[in-house]
Amino acid sequence: MTELQDQRGRGGPASAARGIGTAPVGAAPIEVRTSIYKMMVEMRDFEKRAYDLFLQGLVKGTSHLGLGQEAVAAGFAAAMRPSDYTFATYRGHNHTLARGAPMAAVMAELMGRQAGLMAGKGGSMHLTSVAHRMMGSYAIVGAHLTIANGAAWSAKLRGTGEVAVCFFGDGTTNIGAFHEALNLAAIWKLPVVFVCENNRWMEYTPISSVTAVAHPAADRARSYGLDPVLVDGNDADATYAAASVALERARAGAGPTLVEAETYRHGGHSRADPGKYRPEAEVQAWLARDPIPLYRARLAESGVDESVLRRIEEAAQSAVDAASAEAAASPPPDFSLVEADVWADGGSSWRR
Amino acid sequence: MAEMTYRDAVARGIAQEMERDPSVVLVGEDVGSAGGVFKATVGVFDRFGPDRVVDTPISEQAILGAAMGAAMTGLRPIAEIMFSDFFAVCWDIVANEIAKTRYMTNGQVSLPLVIRSANGGGARFGAQHSQSVENWAMAIPGLKVVAPSTPRDVVGLLAAAVRDPDPVLFFEQKSLYPAKGDVPEGEIVDELGTAVVRRHGKDATVVALAAMVPRALEAADRLAGEGVEVTVIDLRSLVPLDVTTVATSVTETGHLVTVEENPRLCGWGAEVASIVAEERLFDLDGPIVRVTTPHVPLPAADALEDAAMPTVARIVEGVRRSLQ
Repeated sequence: MTELQDQRGRGGPASAARGIGTAPVGAAPIEVRTSIYKMMVEMRDFEKRAYDLFLQGLVKGTSHLGLGQEAVAAGFAAAMRPSDYTFATYRGHNHTLARGAPMAAVMAELMGRQAGLMAGKGGSMHLTSVAHRMMGSYAIVGAHLTIANGAAWSAKLRGTGEVAVCFFGDGTTNIGAFHEALNLAAIWKLPVVFVCENNRWMEYTPISSVTAVAHPAADRARSYGLDPVLVDGNDADATYAAASVALERARAGAGPTLVEAETYRHGGHSRADPGKYRPEAEVQAWLARDPIPLYRARLAESGVDESVLRRIEEAAQSAVDAASAEAAASPPPDFSLVEADVWADGGSSWRR
Repeated sequence: MAEMTYRDAVARGIAQEMERDPSVVLVGEDVGSAGGVFKATVGVFDRFGPDRVVDTPISEQAILGAAMGAAMTGLRPIAEIMFSDFFAVCWDIVANEIAKTRYMTNGQVSLPLVIRSANGGGARFGAQHSQSVENWAMAIPGLKVVAPSTPRDVVGLLAAAVRDPDPVLFFEQKSLYPAKGDVPEGEIVDELGTAVVRRHGKDATVVALAAMVPRALEAADRLAGEGVEVTVIDLRSLVPLDVTTVATSVTETGHLVTVEENPRLCGWGAEVASIVAEERLFDLDGPIVRVTTPHVPLPAADALEDAAMPTVARIVEGVRRSLQ
């Protein structure tokens, strides 16, 4: 462990994070931190509403919530430039919102409506908004690490200074594409940041029981000539700081970074999973470390007025209300979309 | 007009497009200074340098993921999968990611990329280095599928594939690499989805692809000696599929024979046969006959491999059966 570049609070995530009120090293200006809080609150409210709409039968299919993991998406998004690329997984609602995709369009996509981000053609697991450099949510574990490499390779060849940031879960670290992607990124020195959100559970199985090392991502970094980076994924200041270092390194031409952010999902793996297999004490311990109240308290201690925080919270509720209403008012997608956009000509014809 | 091998035509086609468009890059195992394991990319590295001609580790998913990510952000990659059999280790990137992304994103993402691969039998490499997998690709919505039979078409169809805004799988038949043919000077750009009538005859229509085209032409020569005049259509592209050329010919001849290197079940000829049966049934004067490799993996021994793949004799016999 001494080799680990440990960016967690003293004692790691099991104990309370950094002392409240002490601005951590590398912390963002207060307006950035306030915007991080706003993002997290919006994500939380959005996903809770999405879950309610499931129960009402308005959101169909499956969905994977990132409740409890907001500090990773928000901290990184705040540190990224608008031109940087995001690649996310099927647990990608938060990452999509964090890049600025309109809440109503994301909700409409979950509801399978015409106003959806992809007019209902992708669904919850494939949220994409190229206009916001949200280059896709990928539902086959591991694939998008290799694709993020491609965007980084392209950025490097074109000399744009753009960085690709790729988020994935702990389960991904045991699939071949993870290792192929890390090796290629390292040998090509690509401007890419890989962010493992270690929420401790690979679907229904503890990641520790199916992984040969204690830290599924960080302990693999040395294999690819990279320094291990472990960060408290429930501390938005810490994720912001880790992101800033990794992005700067990528832009400087020093190559990829593999970050392991330790966090926890408050719910089950997917809509169908109540998550009852997890020890109650573990769940309670992590709920006590919920990133959002933690960050709220820290901002208050840093001098952000209570009224400002409350306005953020009220605005988020209003935004979710408005987005949900707008999504619900949208009609289902036009049937012509079934055969649209297989090809660049807009159609799906395979014969001539 | 210069005579050139199919192998050299690959390098010429790549160079033609890299010269024209600086966003075209070449990526794959041994494609750089080694010039490719089939020597199909010789000279490309020397001409365009290590930034645009990039060697990779043996990591097929990483190769195709890199091509995909680059294509969605402004490059036009040509990726090589050394043997088409290796698509089995990276089929996720091809079938789940590359093929579906434009559709799933409601047209937000374009993937102008080409995946070249050495396909097919005849080299005595055994069952894991000899498969004809073009029908795998044909079964996935969102992929264009091309397989040239001549050096000229290698250049022209590769150019069309590179310039196409959609992902194209470009199958080079490895037993054709040493084959020679005339290639005109200057830029050659073909059109995807256009079949070519290689020989015209009024008695039967034989549709073939890649290495099966020269065999079909030889069978046509033999049948001509018996007074049977056969049309041989080189399909060149499975997606888009030039139904018009095939159907027009079947209306004229009344007989259809497909010659497929792939194993029998769900080979591309089954799709061609079903279209003709559905749309030109009353123009047919005999059964549609499919000549294919039997539904077996390809054996390694030369005698066995030759016996497995469609031979000129089996094509001749297939035409006779259709005419009975």
